[in-house]
Amino acid sequence: MNAPRPSSPAAAAALAPRHPEVWQRRTPAQSLVQWLWLAGCTLAALWSVSALDIEWSFLLDAHQQAADLAGRMWPPRWDYLPKIVGPLVETVHIATLGTMAAVVLALPVAFLAARNTTANGFTWAVGRALLVGSRSINTVIWGLLFVAIFGPGAVAGVFAVAARSVGFVAKLVAEAIEEVDPGQIEAVRATGAGTLQTWWVAILPQVMPVLIGTTIYRWDINVRESSVLGFVGAGGIGLYLYASINGFLWQQVLLILVAIGAIVLASEALSAWVRGRIS
Amino acid sequence: MSERSGTAAVTSAATAAAAEVGGGAPPLVVQGLGKTYGTGQKALAGVDLRIDTPQVVAIIGSSGAGKSTFIRCINRLVEPSTGSVRLHGLELTTLDRAGLRRARRRIGMIFQEFNLVERLSVMQNVLSGRLGAVSLWSSLRWRFPGEDIRAAFELLERVGLGGYHDRRADALSGGQQQRVGIARALMQRPELLLVDEPTASLDPKTSRQIMRLIRELAGERATPALVNIHDVALARTFADRIVGFQAGAVVFDGPPSALTDDALTLIYGAEDWTLGHTAEDADAAEAAA
Amino acid sequence: MTAQAQAPALPDPADWRPTGLFGSPRRRLVFWLVVAAYLVWAIGSLNVDWARVARGLPRALDILERMTPPAVGSKWQILVNGMVESVQMAIASSLFGMALAIPLGIAAARNLAPRPVYLAARGFIVVGRTFHEILIAIFFVKLFGFGAVAGLLTLTFSSAIFLGKMLAEDIENIQPGPLEAVRATGAGFGQVVMHAVAPQVVVKTLGVFIYRLDANLRHSTVVGIVGAGGIGATLSASFSRYDYDFASAILLTIAALVAFGEWFSDWARRRIR
Repeated sequence: MNAPRPSSPAAAAALAPRHPEVWQRRTPAQSLVQWLWLAGCTLAALWSVSALDIEWSFLLDAHQQAADLAGRMWPPRWDYLPKIVGPLVETVHIATLGTMAAVVLALPVAFLAARNTTANGFTWAVGRALLVGSRSINTVIWGLLFVAIFGPGAVAGVFAVAARSVGFVAKLVAEAIEEVDPGQIEAVRATGAGTLQTWWVAILPQVMPVLIGTTIYRWDINVRESSVLGFVGAGGIGLYLYASINGFLWQQVLLILVAIGAIVLASEALSAWVRGRIS
Repeated sequence: MSERSGTAAVTSAATAAAAEVGGGAPPLVVQGLGKTYGTGQKALAGVDLRIDTPQVVAIIGSSGAGKSTFIRCINRLVEPSTGSVRLHGLELTTLDRAGLRRARRRIGMIFQEFNLVERLSVMQNVLSGRLGAVSLWSSLRWRFPGEDIRAAFELLERVGLGGYHDRRADALSGGQQQRVGIARALMQRPELLLVDEPTASLDPKTSRQIMRLIRELAGERATPALVNIHDVALARTFADRIVGFQAGAVVFDGPPSALTDDALTLIYGAEDWTLGHTAEDADAAEAAA
Repeated sequence: MTAQAQAPALPDPADWRPTGLFGSPRRRLVFWLVVAAYLVWAIGSLNVDWARVARGLPRALDILERMTPPAVGSKWQILVNGMVESVQMAIASSLFGMALAIPLGIAAARNLAPRPVYLAARGFIVVGRTFHEILIAIFFVKLFGFGAVAGLLTLTFSSAIFLGKMLAEDIENIQPGPLEAVRATGAGFGQVVMHAVAPQVVVKTLGVFIYRLDANLRHSTVVGIVGAGGIGATLSASFSRYDYDFASAILLTIAALVAFGEWFSDWARRRIR
């Protein structure tokens, strides 16, 4: 040991209580809590998997199936491309029109759902309920509903995209509204401006960047969502994909997947570029 | 010089407006103003104040004495619990929403934190003083009458910000932002100026410049000004009259010359008021020069 | 004193315009014209059956009427089974996804992984994000048959991609100082990760994990539409059968569960700060 020897038993006794022999990062109590969390997670994982009905035999030949599938998909059927250009464009239209409609609706909902602009507790609750309702249901499931209402086609798709996006945009804009410096709002109010004037002058300029950024971000997510709306009949390229899969036309399937990949990547790039420009 | 004629026109307009509204009623009469919060906290305990002629009134007192609450009760940014506030004879405490909006147009307010809309330009901030006078539709499109825009330019020139009209508000320094705040308040051609700690966020030299500007402009336009201020030296130098608050009530009301050490002790509590006086006197001398 | 000598001449009041968002009134006009033109073009190209849309509005009211009040009746068991399966898929896939995301996130972090590994991992993430879960679900259904296994694998895969991407970004944002210091002691890669990286990212990652847990609840309801398990299949079937009051019961249950999950996620994330 390289520690200096204490000169006397008294000195040794003085040294001893100052530090323990062994350093542990966690107290025993903390360690126990950690182990319990770990055990709990493991149990949760096991429970959720055990209750699922797993057909283990399928797992065994899965890699063979995958290789088989891959073989049948290659090469993509390029001459099918002209047929799907129209539906691809329709997919982008559905995403864009739906996002535009969502922005228009999101502003009033955001003002309802923001504590500093809503009229009373009831209107705030309504605003919050709209947010939750819109966001908890996926675009595709909204698609199911709107196909029931409007019949199959792009109109249902546009409504579905809008329905899901309103909540997404409005939630973030409402948060921005709540964060506006209250002094600035107070100052405009003090000049005798009306409520709408005050919002327009003191609040809207502050939340514009959030509104625009969020809208563009949601647009590129919506392009991805619109690509599968056709599965429930709400228009776009999804229908062709569905038909190709059901018809086992795997080379067409690959082509469509490549095309979808291309428009999604392009929209993501565009969205990132625009958002980079405006900040 | 164009700015002289502009301000002369505004001054006579203000006096004319004052005359036609209340006949001979004094600009501001506050009686028994009280504010008790829901928690039981008593911020104001029956304040009486009367302004009969255009003058700069400085309100001093320690933090929590009720100065800020008092100022905000006048234009009802804080709702008073009891008492009356009369602006040129018009009772403000009982006005409905529309009436209150109209009344607020006649009161200009300047804030400690400037409270400019940061993303808008200087010009837009100044013009927002006239929002109450234009229709909703015009204000959405920022269409103001030519004379308003002309007045805005002249005001910016007068506060020393000529040429800054298209700059973004948050690109300005603290002193410059406060000047924009002053211009915004004056755009309203107000009958009364409420000024809440205009210099608390500024350095000493800029503070004096701002106080000087407020005093000059209030004088040019014959507009009474109520100024909350925590710096006693600035109050002494730039005010015609000093009102001292303590625990939500007025404990001193008189000219700066009457503000003795005993009076200061009454307002602020015991303190050696002779300390630091020499420095303050030197500042005051420089400011008056 | 005036600055009139140096200041630019004041614009004529009649000419003053707010600069606003677009920089000039002309750009604003152009923008709105483009928007209007797009609307005309897009709506025109959609082949809208306006008669059908017109009939849609009263139909919507009719369906809404049939959806309220939501009714479950004898199908109570089906609803519960479906929801439980969705919840199980959500939990399991979040946990497995997190486990996979750790190596993936490390591989995709520029400050930890060697360049070819980094590029491969990032490429994998980009491709994985491009395709909607439903497409991935179809793929897994094809391989593993109908049922919750396909759904579990789908959600695990997409969770791993999402969590891996977030983790990679968090790792790239850590302070370089501690990383450099631990490396300088000659520590091995695993130790560097444990002692320099993990402490800085663990809180944020836990928060993201909790968020994804709630999001997976939403996603698990969707994959059922293509047969990958969960309540989605039941929902789709109820719409096809015009069983609207059952459909609305399912939708409300999903909304309630997701809302609860979101509240729980917000609460939990605040607790661990």
